[in-house]
Amino acid sequence: MRLILAVASLRRHRTRTILSVLGIAVATAMLLDMVMLSSGMRESFRSLLLSKGFQLRVSPKGTLPFDTDATIARASEIMAALRQNPEIETVSPVLGATLYIPRSTGAVATFALGVMPSVQGDYELRRGTDILAPDAMVANADVLAATGAHLGDTLDVAGGYDPQLRTSSMRRRLVVTGEGEFLYTSSGQRAVALPLATVQAMRGDAGADRVSLFMIRARAGTNVDSVRTWIATHIPRVTAISTQSALAQVDERLSYFRQLSFILGAVSLLVGFLLVTTLMTVSVNERVGEISVMRAIGVSAWHVVQQIVLEGVTISVTGAIIGLGLGIGTARYLNAILSAFPGLPRAIDFFLFQPKDAWIALGWLTLAGILAGIYPAWRAATLPLAVTLRREAIA
Amino acid sequence: MTEPNGGEPVVRVRDVRKDYPFGDERVHALRGVTFDVARGDYVSIVGPSGCGKSTLLNMLGAIDIPTTGDVVIDGLNVATLSDRDATRFRLQHIGFVFQRFYLMPILTASENVQLPMAENGIKPAERRERAKTLLSYVGLGHRVQHRPPQLSGGEQQRVAIARALANAPALLLADEPTGELDARTGQEVIALFERLNADGTTIIVVTHDEALASAARRTIHMRDGAVIDTVTRR
Repeated sequence: MRLILAVASLRRHRTRTILSVLGIAVATAMLLDMVMLSSGMRESFRSLLLSKGFQLRVSPKGTLPFDTDATIARASEIMAALRQNPEIETVSPVLGATLYIPRSTGAVATFALGVMPSVQGDYELRRGTDILAPDAMVANADVLAATGAHLGDTLDVAGGYDPQLRTSSMRRRLVVTGEGEFLYTSSGQRAVALPLATVQAMRGDAGADRVSLFMIRARAGTNVDSVRTWIATHIPRVTAISTQSALAQVDERLSYFRQLSFILGAVSLLVGFLLVTTLMTVSVNERVGEISVMRAIGVSAWHVVQQIVLEGVTISVTGAIIGLGLGIGTARYLNAILSAFPGLPRAIDFFLFQPKDAWIALGWLTLAGILAGIYPAWRAATLPLAVTLRREAIA
Repeated sequence: MTEPNGGEPVVRVRDVRKDYPFGDERVHALRGVTFDVARGDYVSIVGPSGCGKSTLLNMLGAIDIPTTGDVVIDGLNVATLSDRDATRFRLQHIGFVFQRFYLMPILTASENVQLPMAENGIKPAERRERAKTLLSYVGLGHRVQHRPPQLSGGEQQRVAIARALANAPALLLADEPTGELDARTGQEVIALFERLNADGTTIIVVTHDEALASAARRTIHMRDGAVIDTVTRR
């Protein structure tokens, strides 16, 4: 009966109710987006780092992976040392380089990753075959589009290029054997994968027995931090970063994002709260006579409170449900824009929808609806009956 | 003292006084009112505006409490009840009819009548059936699903009377029940009250309407917060 009364009361002033629900929907959308923004990038980055199961990155001393052009010398020594640790399951060496594919209009520059295909964790092969031969190359769609190459085509690829003289050096003829999607490249960034030895050779002396980083997968049940400590102790000329410590650095860099989203989220919640409080206060003021009569005919104060709080919650929950859809739509649109930012891995999402976020937003809005209804409900329930009825009769 | 059904009176009012603060002064709304109402009686309370009629009715309905004195309804001194108990008491023992009907415009006639029953914990099927019976009793069996704005003033007041009877109260209190109605529809309500009383409902009505007042078995005349006369007709 109380639900019927609550819904019927809201239907009595349809326009006002609809506008309030829309207001709550906008506030919810904003709140959800802020919750998604505050955790999305971090979660998305974490998923990306762990997507291939590598929990550790080993980079040149004092650097982050691919943060500089620095490389690790005598890579084979380190590789051998790492493989001696029984807690390490897989070691995947990676060497980055810029390669050039000369065309009639100039050279197409592309980021190249030298990897061992059996243990690589940088790309997913979409079609064709992997880099099983020394002259094989897997390219992403952007390289194929820029060069007009197809699977099976042979391309001239250079390790160096002089744009003024239009001359290239350390040229190799490579066969495009497959198309891949590279996990860590940014939107529109051209990338190819080659056997590690090929890239090392194409970099000349600068690539000899060098890698940019090692990706390490620890055995199941192993404490990753203990492996990291072991590396720091036994191979002091490198820096080992675990996913956790990388995330800690991301957290530090994203603290502005989180603060901003917290403030904007709190503002949206406050706006929603004030909106419902105002609506319920106006509604109660209009119905003083009705409420007094309800009390007079025996409806308990608690049930009056319940009904008015229920009205507030109905508005909040309805608005919140609409707002969830609106928020997800808005987040997708904004994510598409932000993900196209240069320099960021394409796979990184700014707004990552997790059901937990929806429950958080819905929970906060419901709580706001309950709290917003309490003051007007308390006022309604504590109206002095005799005085109010007399005043109503005179009015 | 008229006691149509004999036995203990359903209303026992003893030396009731009610004072209100009004600035630095105190207004004496009731000055030692005493009377009884027997079960099955029909009493009207009349008097000029401000004489304390509605204040007295509020006391009888456990809406207000006296400054001193006792108001005993159905054996219970309502002046001693907590707000919660008074609410429960009103729900189960008192039926209210107001001048302005005060129906919930958003509910149907049936739902309005069901409201006190729902509050009293009566199951939906039972209260729907009882609401239908009560609406038929007041002559609105064909208006069960109509909302108050779709009903005339007289019909709305009859729905309000059906609502007041929802929990089979020991006492029906009406405050100017014909005040908002024209003479013809007012007469319908008077006739309905007479029928209700004939069927055993105890009624106390506060009114300026002479026709309604004279339909009661007994009329209590008030002035300046005191009972000045009581006229018994039958």
